Amino acid sequence: MATLDDLKKRIASVKSTQKITKAMKMVAAAKLRRAQENAEKGRPYSEKMNNIILNLSSGISDKENAPKLLSGTGEEKIHLCIVLTSDRGLCGGFNTNIIKKAKVYFKKISDEEKTLKIITVGSKGYDQLKRVYRDSIVERISFKDSKTINYLDAEKVGKMIIENFEKKKFDVCTIFYNKFKNVITQIPQEQQIIPLKTSEIEENSSDDNYEFEPDEDEILSNLLPKNISTQIFKAMLENSASEQGSRMSAMDSATRNAGEMVDKLTIEYNRSRQAAITKELIEIISGAESL
Amino acid sequence: MSEEFKVEIVNPEKSFLSKEDVTEVVVPAFEGEMGILKDHISIISFLKSGVIKIFSKSGEENYYVEDGIVEFKNNNLSVLTSSIFNIKDIDKDKISELLKQAEENSKSNEITDQDKYLLDQKIDVLKTLN
Repeated sequence: MATLDDLKKRIASVKSTQKITKAMKMVAAAKLRRAQENAEKGRPYSEKMNNIILNLSSGISDKENAPKLLSGTGEEKIHLCIVLTSDRGLCGGFNTNIIKKAKVYFKKISDEEKTLKIITVGSKGYDQLKRVYRDSIVERISFKDSKTINYLDAEKVGKMIIENFEKKKFDVCTIFYNKFKNVITQIPQEQQIIPLKTSEIEENSSDDNYEFEPDEDEILSNLLPKNISTQIFKAMLENSASEQGSRMSAMDSATRNAGEMVDKLTIEYNRSRQAAITKELIEIISGAESL
Repeated sequence: MSEEFKVEIVNPEKSFLSKEDVTEVVVPAFEGEMGILKDHISIISFLKSGVIKIFSKSGEENYYVEDGIVEFKNNNLSVLTSSIFNIKDIDKDKISELLKQAEENSKSNEITDQDKYLLDQKIDVLKTLN
């Protein structure tokens, strides 16, 4: 049985762990609010961008000559997957969920005997994937140095993707990230960005007759690369809000667990202290009786 | 009948500007400056570097943009841009910095004619601002 001293030490250590998790929770809560605000502020841009592209692509009559970013290369041999994860740990199932989702997709691709290429954004994703998919990872990116998520970072990733696409290094590009639903729920997402999924295009009413200057094709070929960056930026914003939310709930439950543990240990400590006192008393009484 | 329409400028990080009482907007469209009044036909165009002028009852506002897309539909003008500055707030240092960068870019040989054309435009605009 643990001695009184041991128990005392354990209680102290659990209490200090609790202090840390509590502080982390507070920090995550503050960061979450900011991240959420940023994600909301960024929404109009990507929504508008999407709308314009939908309008444009439904206006294109000649599907054959549509830009490759929209129509694809006509093949589906090489898949590029961009896995967006966090740079820091201690955020519950946040990274694991993305990786799980991505691995299902990776397996599907290797079952179909297609080539897989992976770009990881965020160091945690790389750490988890490197064991199994080391040969497939073509690039790893980390934004540890930038304090906030900014568009320039997303643009860098976007440009790299487009460069690779133009060099015909892949045919299909999919991004994986966590969509922020609320603090407790984050939904891992897979989203195909090249070629752009056009199945969501609804047949718009005919009053959307736009005038284009210059013509549709040129606008579209100018707009699509921008859209890639925008989509990645959106994913990064959602991801950061999700990360903080996930960390907050993880740290909240850690704090609660530590509290429960302190309670249990305190009871055990009091019991053994009482037992020691009782034992001493019995010894004294029985000593007195024997006289 | 009112002659006002709504303009909204968004950049990737936030909604930059939203105004309801705009009477005229001049945007630096790809094929030249374009003035937009109420009940303009629906149009999509992209922007080159230049100045967006927004006229409203409260006066005139000028913004410098580097690139972007503009969409006008149902008396709603949306401008999507990744780089926009209010001319009032932009200082000389920033302008010269942008100018220097643009000049360097235009000197390199790896750019296409179209990029070169856009960069030259940008240099001109920056020079007038400076």
